[in-house]
Amino acid sequence: MTSLPSLRRRLESAGTVVTAEVGPPRGADPEVVRRKVTALRGWVDAVNITDGQNAHVRMSSWAGSLLALAAGVPPLMQLTCRDRNRIALQSDLLAAAALGIPGVVVMTGDHPRFGDHPEAKPVFDLDSVQLLWAARTMRDEGRLMSGQPLKPAPDWLIGAVENPFAPPTGFRAARLGKKVAAGAEFVQTQFVFDVPAFTRWLADVRDLGLDRRCKVLAGVGPVRSLRALEYLRRNVPGMSIPDEVSRRLRGVPADRVEQEGLALCAETIQQVLAIPGVSGVHVMAPGFEHGIPDILGRAGLLPAGVGRSGHAD
Amino acid sequence: MSPRTGTGPRDRTASPGGGTARPLPARPRLPGWLVYRIQPLLAPRPGLRWLAGWLERSRTRYRLFTAAEKTVKQEIFGCRMCGQCALPVTGYACPMTCPKQLRNGPCGGVGSDGSCEVEPGLRCVWLIAYERAEAGGRVSDLQLLQRPVDHRGWGQSSWVSYWQGRDAGLWAAAGDGPGARPPLRAGTAGDGPGPR
Repeated sequence: MTSLPSLRRRLESAGTVVTAEVGPPRGADPEVVRRKVTALRGWVDAVNITDGQNAHVRMSSWAGSLLALAAGVPPLMQLTCRDRNRIALQSDLLAAAALGIPGVVVMTGDHPRFGDHPEAKPVFDLDSVQLLWAARTMRDEGRLMSGQPLKPAPDWLIGAVENPFAPPTGFRAARLGKKVAAGAEFVQTQFVFDVPAFTRWLADVRDLGLDRRCKVLAGVGPVRSLRALEYLRRNVPGMSIPDEVSRRLRGVPADRVEQEGLALCAETIQQVLAIPGVSGVHVMAPGFEHGIPDILGRAGLLPAGVGRSGHAD
Repeated sequence: MSPRTGTGPRDRTASPGGGTARPLPARPRLPGWLVYRIQPLLAPRPGLRWLAGWLERSRTRYRLFTAAEKTVKQEIFGCRMCGQCALPVTGYACPMTCPKQLRNGPCGGVGSDGSCEVEPGLRCVWLIAYERAEAGGRVSDLQLLQRPVDHRGWGQSSWVSYWQGRDAGLWAAAGDGPGARPPLRAGTAGDGPGPR
């Protein structure tokens, strides 16, 4: 467990935490994960390895996490409730600890209806709050959900996700409160494009005192084409893209959209890091992981050791 | 899973067997204020506890009663007979009609128009729950931590279990601050039933 103490220290420090999403491949080539992860080494504190993202079959997240670990970047293993019952979920959580995976991020997961196997049986034996509760019980009480003792107990950081923008927006901070009460130590949010709405959610989070018990990492990502913009607007549920973002991307010549999107993403990073209660950012750029250092550089988040400062003090 | 795709009133409720037809978000047929008003009538008391015991002493009586409960709750709430009723603390909107069967609140996929991510023609049942709880001044109910479902309970009478005090640990208050986490398993110290 070499990377756990340092990752925990990073999360507990006042400095800006940077995580990025890495999707394992559809295929058996370990090189894909290694390549994506290596491009991010030094730039990020940890990489999230997704678990069958968008309900599509991919190399499993524990295997992707192990490859990331071997490539020298601490992985956060994502774990969804979609495909496993409580027996398999707890087994995979133990596996993560045994493999030295320093953190897990648990979530409900997308419904199989929209994946590549829409005919699959959705499991959803536990929901995300219950799985957080189970993980925290395993780690802090050294017990399974059944009450049976675990020797030794696992030791990972426990993360959650939240979408500040989906209705009922008045309940979204309280919903994070449930996740914190159940066991979440950090939370990564849905893409922030609507900074004012995100700011309102964070005010609720601070009012509930949640930012003191749970690190908030704002989800960000670049929109690199007008086609991607339309896709996000139409096909991604719970996504909030303000009109001024669309206007800005549409307002530049076609060959400038990508650059504008990257600039917008870097600006968003700077804006969210200025909001009290934000501890860092979680960058999501599926298929564009190699471009993440460029975005972080534009935002002034240089590689660790090159002078990353504590924006979120 | 059922291949049905219809969204008419009939399709909104589960077919017999509860867990077999696919869950579809159901809007309750009774307004929240009315159900909150009716709620105290069903609260456990000696007469109802006696009734529950009497029903449980005969397989036939229990089955007939459970069938009646199912008919009523299916018609009004889209009940799927999970046997561990959370309705009193979910604005009387049934979380088991959520396609992901979430017991602790809405997922992140709710559309900006309030539609269910999985069934875009239907309103998210947790949004319905929130609106009903808010109108009834009961939003704090939704902050209770709902324990995992015991899947052995499908098809059982939740009213009988309720009157017998067996589902007092279905949820727990979240507690405030570190160290206040309620135990995951019901019946352990620090546990208490929420308002019914």
